[in-house]
Amino acid sequence: MRPVDHAEASSHFIQATAHLEFHDRRLWDLRLKRDREAHGIAEWEDLRNLASAIKEHTLSHLADYLEQFEAKASKNGAHVHWARDASEHNQVVHDILAAHSAKTLVKSKSMLTDECDMRPFLEARGIEVIETDLGERIQQLDDEPPSHIVVPAVHKLRGDVSAVFARTIGSEPGNNDVHYLAEAMRQNTRPYFLSADAGMTGANFAVAENGSFVVCTNEGNADLSANVPKLHIACIGIEKIIPKIEHLGVFIRMLSRSALGSPITQYTSHFQAPRPGTELHIVLTDNGRSQRLGMKDFWYSLKCIRCGACMNTCPVYRRSGGLSYGATYSGPIGIIIDPVFDLRKYSHLPYASTLNGSCTNVCPVKINIHEQIYKWRQIMAERNQLPLVKKEAIRIIGKVMSEPRLYRAAISATGLAIEHLPRFAVYNWLNPWGRQREVPAPPKQSFRSWYLQNRRRQ
Amino acid sequence: MTSRDTVLAAVRANQPASVRLPAVPVFEANTGPLIEQFQEALVRMGGKLAPFGDGRDLDALLKSLFPDAKVICSATPEARSTRPLDKNAAPASLADVDVAVVRAAFGVAETGSVWLSEDELKVNALAYLAQHLVVLLDPARIVGNLHRAYGDPRFKTARYAVLVTGPSATADIEGVLIHGAQGVRSLTVLMVPL
Repeated sequence: MRPVDHAEASSHFIQATAHLEFHDRRLWDLRLKRDREAHGIAEWEDLRNLASAIKEHTLSHLADYLEQFEAKASKNGAHVHWARDASEHNQVVHDILAAHSAKTLVKSKSMLTDECDMRPFLEARGIEVIETDLGERIQQLDDEPPSHIVVPAVHKLRGDVSAVFARTIGSEPGNNDVHYLAEAMRQNTRPYFLSADAGMTGANFAVAENGSFVVCTNEGNADLSANVPKLHIACIGIEKIIPKIEHLGVFIRMLSRSALGSPITQYTSHFQAPRPGTELHIVLTDNGRSQRLGMKDFWYSLKCIRCGACMNTCPVYRRSGGLSYGATYSGPIGIIIDPVFDLRKYSHLPYASTLNGSCTNVCPVKINIHEQIYKWRQIMAERNQLPLVKKEAIRIIGKVMSEPRLYRAAISATGLAIEHLPRFAVYNWLNPWGRQREVPAPPKQSFRSWYLQNRRRQ
Repeated sequence: MTSRDTVLAAVRANQPASVRLPAVPVFEANTGPLIEQFQEALVRMGGKLAPFGDGRDLDALLKSLFPDAKVICSATPEARSTRPLDKNAAPASLADVDVAVVRAAFGVAETGSVWLSEDELKVNALAYLAQHLVVLLDPARIVGNLHRAYGDPRFKTARYAVLVTGPSATADIEGVLIHGAQGVRSLTVLMVPL
């Protein structure tokens, strides 16, 4: 399989200038709102340290906590299932649905089910799956993956949504009023909530102490999915575990503040036991997480609470759009997670970063994201996953930099070249940097020659 | 090996060296009266406040707030239902409820949230299928922040517990804020002492 070409995909995104401009502005606005919230809480940095330490502690005792969670959840009357990978996850879910003769499934947003590509698996087996988060539903109807883990359709403008809805749910063509579009979706989804055979949620946190799990939404769609049908399936990645209820205080205070700049999501819902007369099934899923746990430099990425703050702040993400990463997880967090799923396919992603470190600075659980991106670059180089141009360039630079005489010759030659070569010799496929930028004018004199002239004799 | 044992064995084999679990303080640096913080946070989150003074008639107030409401369903005996709420009712049977009335166990000043569980809701879906939600809250039962809230022992006993903060909302299309995405279109809190 060819690696995802992020730069090529971004070039298409950039061409739609109205979309690009809105995308950049909207996500930066979320970043500013996050800052206002963070600055409004004196203990913000203490919370980040606590969140990081709680997650690191849990991950370092994860097997015990998973067993505790399982024991408590079972005692509460939930059925706990385990899945090693995506295909087993999908099979387990299908088996549960089949055992209940369930044909329709209303679900709230779950990155895990996106990661497992669950929808097509179930649809191929005759099950109708209805995403009920507005953004996720827009993406489902448009047959596109989510482009952002919190705001899945952030790359679309109202006209795009209007066209998708007119095509798929029979809304009025050309009506671009956002209130109208949201209402059209509410009216379209409600009958599904009332008649679905089963409901599905993900989980933001799973609490070992009492076998409960927490789902955060703004629409209340998880609560409808879980509280109306007689069957509730919760798909939970094994890294979502935290030890105790009291730890929720730390994470809930930071999750929505980091994600959207609001103090809390409209609904923070805690599921501990099934309603009388209904069933609750929990699917604990590994899918590469235990492998990542054993990677010395990369296990910290399992601390992630999927707030998306790193995406909102990233200048590359904001100007390239989530779909250009060609993966379930995009932006800085995607860059450090995706290669564990497929090293070759995502081998170019670590270069979709300026390494400015902003992602690390806004991360509520203090993942050293930009350092991990840098480490992935090293791994890609070691595993021979560099694109030819980059590899040749790095080889030549390495040689030139290691030999002072060659370096000096190259510097003066570069200056001469930029000044005197025709444009096509400087701005071509060997110089992707120059595609959107002008190469800076060469200085009249290099530092070394200035030094030799002015200081050497002193 | 079962999948369970495979996953647990892989996790156990790969776990990093033990990291200590820190103690979590309650960070009680809140200043000012809790009720004011609660009200300010609630309004910010799109919730409404309706004044409810001594001697007011709750049913009359509901009538004035929702003059067009046909079906009012109250999970608390403090308000009159036009249709009595049966705790064993099928959730979907509440689809035509215009106004739901519940009494919250407590509120959270930091976020403007109210705490509800199956005990307060009778039928969990009531707070989502209704068009509008009215919440009665005792102003004496407001805690400062989420750390305090999570200290409440009812989190350990409730099958279902939810911190509700304002109405159902979305900003998934161009960041335009919409109330009533899938759940209630409005949430109104009345300060009614117990």
